[in-house]
Amino acid sequence: MLIEATNLNIRYGKKTVLKNVTFSLTKGEIVTIVGPNGSGKTTLFKAIIGAVPIFKGKIKIESNLKIGYVPQHISIDRSLPMTVDRFLSLPNKKNNESFKKAVHVAGIENLSNHQLHSLSGGQMQRVLLAKAIITKPEVLLLDEATRGLDQPGAAWFYQKIKQIREETGCAILMISHDLHVVMGASDRVICLNGHICCQGTPEKVALSPEYETLFGSNDTGTFALYKHVHDHDHLEDTEVSNV
Amino acid sequence: MFDDFMVRAAFAGVGVAIAAAPLGCFVVWRRMAYFGDSTAHFAMLGIALSLTFEFSIFAGAILLSLMLASLITFTGGRSFYTDTLLGVMGHISLAAGLVIVSLISGIRIDLLAYLIGDILAVSVTDLYLIWIGAAIVVTLIVLRWSPLLLVTLSEDLASANGLQPKKEGFLLTIALAIVVAVGIKVVGVLLIVSMLIIPAAAARSFSSTPEGMGIAATMIGIISAILGLYSAYTFDTPTGPSIVCMAAICFVISLIIGIFSNRMKN
Repeated sequence: MLIEATNLNIRYGKKTVLKNVTFSLTKGEIVTIVGPNGSGKTTLFKAIIGAVPIFKGKIKIESNLKIGYVPQHISIDRSLPMTVDRFLSLPNKKNNESFKKAVHVAGIENLSNHQLHSLSGGQMQRVLLAKAIITKPEVLLLDEATRGLDQPGAAWFYQKIKQIREETGCAILMISHDLHVVMGASDRVICLNGHICCQGTPEKVALSPEYETLFGSNDTGTFALYKHVHDHDHLEDTEVSNV
Repeated sequence: MFDDFMVRAAFAGVGVAIAAAPLGCFVVWRRMAYFGDSTAHFAMLGIALSLTFEFSIFAGAILLSLMLASLITFTGGRSFYTDTLLGVMGHISLAAGLVIVSLISGIRIDLLAYLIGDILAVSVTDLYLIWIGAAIVVTLIVLRWSPLLLVTLSEDLASANGLQPKKEGFLLTIALAIVVAVGIKVVGVLLIVSMLIIPAAAARSFSSTPEGMGIAATMIGIISAILGLYSAYTFDTPTGPSIVCMAAICFVISLIIGIFSNRMKN
């Protein structure tokens, strides 16, 4: 077991964000977490990387487990001059071989001397992907990694994830609103809304009444998906996908 | 060599500039300017206490700045009213500190010396303290440079890389308390934050790497300290504000250079 949470409870002040969450992730597995906004998905990720205190229960991480994390978004202050290459080599000096490999997989060879704050949303996502895989992780955490990407951009991203898993065999835990992709690519789906509503194979979850309450009876009911995909600057990302 | 008060003043100014500039970069990147200001205001209460109970004002200032900083780091974190809390506590301490100092009878104390500094009154002991403080701050920041950069960019990415953002942040807080304490004699509690952020802001236009910005900020700080001291001597103006004005001139020049170099590129 790579990650094992047992009756995990997390509170922000008095508000319980996660209640009795029990789940596990084994080697090589692809697990997707779905759930409405504010359902505690990102908080669960933060608990895994140790960024939020645990109120009750526990979360067991295999010792020396290398975790690659692609956050939903990072905001770069213009006052901080930072090239892509320098960013990728933080906090440790760069290991040339894994560095080159990560840059190649993410397709950002031509961005190495660009300033972080000048990147477009799509370019930033690629850089974050490279950052996550540079340490050769055994688990990849993806928090809405395709947010703000257009259809080709998102498709490219999922393609890369698939390729990374095939090549390295790392387990993948992802948060996604892209239900079509989720249902197609995951071994297991966890439906989260503060607590775990249901979990299991995509087929099983899709048919469960809890899922239906959250997302509607079939995929066409998931308006959030469509709203999400066309959310951000379309032109810029089209440009990016041609890079 | 340190017999001449001008030489002592110059070394004191340069010492503070060196301590302040690299930390100042992080203050700018992490948007901690207000936090820095409140920490400095809090130091005034420390000065008042040290004058009342007759111990070193360095100790008083460091102690109180650290207290405020720890309180904010470990309780408030980034809750939405941290800003207000800082403002309230900082200004209360500044006011209370000034009231306490003026209540101390018997000695005549020049309040202005603590508010805007009195670099010409720096003693040899002060000079040692300033340089020891500067050495500690620069060492801390250089040793933790890369982890601090990652924490500044994204606390979550830092956590995923096995760092502890709170711990790294607290290190900056300690450095800040030291800089405030060593800066009192030179530019005073009201102006110390300007020695942190103005050189860093001025350095931004010339820099494409964080290291470059740190070095450029240090250079600009040193130049401002020396030119400020010189102009204060020439025009008989208060030295602390003169140093800050020189830093401000550097900032304006860097903005102009920045605009022109951008034009050239395009």
